[in-house]
Amino acid sequence: MSQLASSALSLPTGKTRMRRRGVGNRGKWPVIVLFLPPALLLFTLFVILPMGEAAWYSFFNWNGYGLPDQWVGWKNYELIFRQSAFRNALVNNGLIIVVSICIQIPLALWLATMVTKHIKGALVFRLIFFLPYVLADVAAGMIWRFVYDGEFGLVANVARFFGQAPPFWLADKDVAFYAVLAVIVWKYFGFHMMLFIAGLQAIDKSVLEAADIDGATGWQKFTRVTLPLLGSTVRLSVFFAVVGSLQLFDMIMPLTGGGPSNSTQTLVTFLYSFGVMRMQVGFGSAVGVVLFIICVTLAFSYKRVFMKND
Amino acid sequence: MSGIFGRLARQRGLFALGTVAMLTAIVPANAQTTIKWLHLEANPDRLATWEDIAAAYEEANPDVTIEFQFLENEAFKAKLPTLLQSNEAPSMFYTWGGGVLKAQSETGAIRDLTAAMDADGGAWRNAVSPAAVDGLSIDGKVWAGPQQSGLVSFFYNKALFEEAGVDAAAITTWDEYLAAVSALKEAGITPIAGGGGDKWPIHFFWSYLAMRELGQDGFAAAKAGEGFQGEGFLRASQKLADLGALEPFQDGYLGASWPDTQAVFADGRAAMMLAFENTATPSNQANAATDGKGLASDNIGRFAFPVVEGGAGLITDDFGGLNGWVVTTNAPPETEDFIHFLTIENASVLAERNSTLPTALGSDASVKDPSLADSAAQMAKATWHQNYLDQDLGPNVGRVVNDMSVELVSGGVTPEEALQQIQDAFSMEM
Repeated sequence: MSQLASSALSLPTGKTRMRRRGVGNRGKWPVIVLFLPPALLLFTLFVILPMGEAAWYSFFNWNGYGLPDQWVGWKNYELIFRQSAFRNALVNNGLIIVVSICIQIPLALWLATMVTKHIKGALVFRLIFFLPYVLADVAAGMIWRFVYDGEFGLVANVARFFGQAPPFWLADKDVAFYAVLAVIVWKYFGFHMMLFIAGLQAIDKSVLEAADIDGATGWQKFTRVTLPLLGSTVRLSVFFAVVGSLQLFDMIMPLTGGGPSNSTQTLVTFLYSFGVMRMQVGFGSAVGVVLFIICVTLAFSYKRVFMKND
Repeated sequence: MSGIFGRLARQRGLFALGTVAMLTAIVPANAQTTIKWLHLEANPDRLATWEDIAAAYEEANPDVTIEFQFLENEAFKAKLPTLLQSNEAPSMFYTWGGGVLKAQSETGAIRDLTAAMDADGGAWRNAVSPAAVDGLSIDGKVWAGPQQSGLVSFFYNKALFEEAGVDAAAITTWDEYLAAVSALKEAGITPIAGGGGDKWPIHFFWSYLAMRELGQDGFAAAKAGEGFQGEGFLRASQKLADLGALEPFQDGYLGASWPDTQAVFADGRAAMMLAFENTATPSNQANAATDGKGLASDNIGRFAFPVVEGGAGLITDDFGGLNGWVVTTNAPPETEDFIHFLTIENASVLAERNSTLPTALGSDASVKDPSLADSAAQMAKATWHQNYLDQDLGPNVGRVVNDMSVELVSGGVTPEEALQQIQDAFSMEM
């Protein structure tokens, strides 16, 4: 440690620099030899190898039994892009991201600013708003399936109360995904709210006081002081929304199972229904590879472009 | 350091010695064979029957232990490929026959039961309905011990039919069926309970229509490679689309699961449903209905799926499930004997207590429920028994058939588009 510190602090000439680095490396080698292999082995075994295998299987027509021996080249990938369900899934994932950014995050931010004010009951509301996020995704999906049920559900009873015919939102392919989006917003806004609460608490009060003294209005304080200082939290929040959208699965399955007419598929439910359930391991692997590429591209480019200073 | 290791090693040595001693103490007294029975029966009453049968077998064969392993339906289908290739493979597991059984038979992970069936002058084979043995055979080899089969037919609510002035006994052709649907609609009654959310309940309609159009030979030719785009399939698909255009199903049927659908019929909210043989049994009605009772047995009637004009299929051509037990390659040799014990010797117990229709010959006398007995009687006269298409055609083509059946009935695709998709999936399998 002291060696590292001294080499960082001083500006040694070429010869001493080489000598010092040599010493430093010699000191690090045992550490590398001792501590790297276990992690590397586990990572290779459980992350790299399965990824490589998935990529390999994606070139086969294989149902999971026996060994893959029917090489089909790029056919699985061609089939993916010919599936209208896959296009639905892509559009739906996009919609989730848009709704997260345009509705969920502003809502969470607004609520976070409300519950961080020192008013009575703020803590209770903070808890209530966070509760949906605590609920298991599958449970939430099942609860909302009951809520939306056109015969016995809450929505049906409300409709009947107003003298309307009860709607069957989850059975209507033009409406079902909006109903799912509403559940997604309900389920995850609490999580983003918590992020914002943490962000808000980290803001130095004296900056806001200074703004007060300068005569800023509430809105000005929010847009000129709070929001810029929350920038990194907002960017993180959007990042989580994007990644969450790409992973969304366990709430959709009990809610709609991807139907009707594949109108509520996401990329992962598409993989499950068309790869796993149809025992098309090759095709499913190809979907996995596509999903992986989308995830990596989005995650890295987002970090590069928006989060480079965070 | 070495001191610690030395001590550990010694302790481990002692521990190992102890274990060996304990094992040697146990083994001679307990030279057990374990049959691992993987099933997906979630109904506790039915499972109790199996447990009783297993206990009886264990009593008669003290050196055999039967271990129950349960997997939920979807988990079973998803896990089985991996499970079969692992050391944790069960000894015997449930099968629906068809494409999945074929795929399993090609891996070497499961045992050919032909020799066991033909032993003692074919004692086992001769005790089972030939159609059932045939249904679980691939290229002349028997890959599963048949247990039960089923029949899908129309069940109807007699009171609602009467209210609309429809005579169920007169429905023998598809046109007469459509007329009945229209009459029910005019009377303000929802004609059919449909489960579009689960999709496979709608595939019953497409399957039956295709069977009625093509007949057994036409269907066999399609599966043998002729494909699914012929005239017969086109007409069948068009008929399903026409039925959908009449809007015969309950509101929101496209989101309805199978339990939802059963409730619609059992609550009297729809006049009929195309469903399994046990639909009218009191226990099934009680399970399905919202009020826990359901329709009275004498209020439920049954009729076979009607024929289509000009079609090659007969009204005695049946469509329904066929189930059996598959034995894995490394299973103990007693497994076959146990399956025989379960499915043949205890067939009447299964028929009586579990309301199933065993494939063992002569067990139909034990079927107590009149509606089940009625189904059994029709099956006994069957000219052809077709397994569920989502099993028979394999999981991939099968699921496409399910998807397309729903799309056809809801007007999402044209018959040509639907058949193209089925054909695409089918040609990938070939």
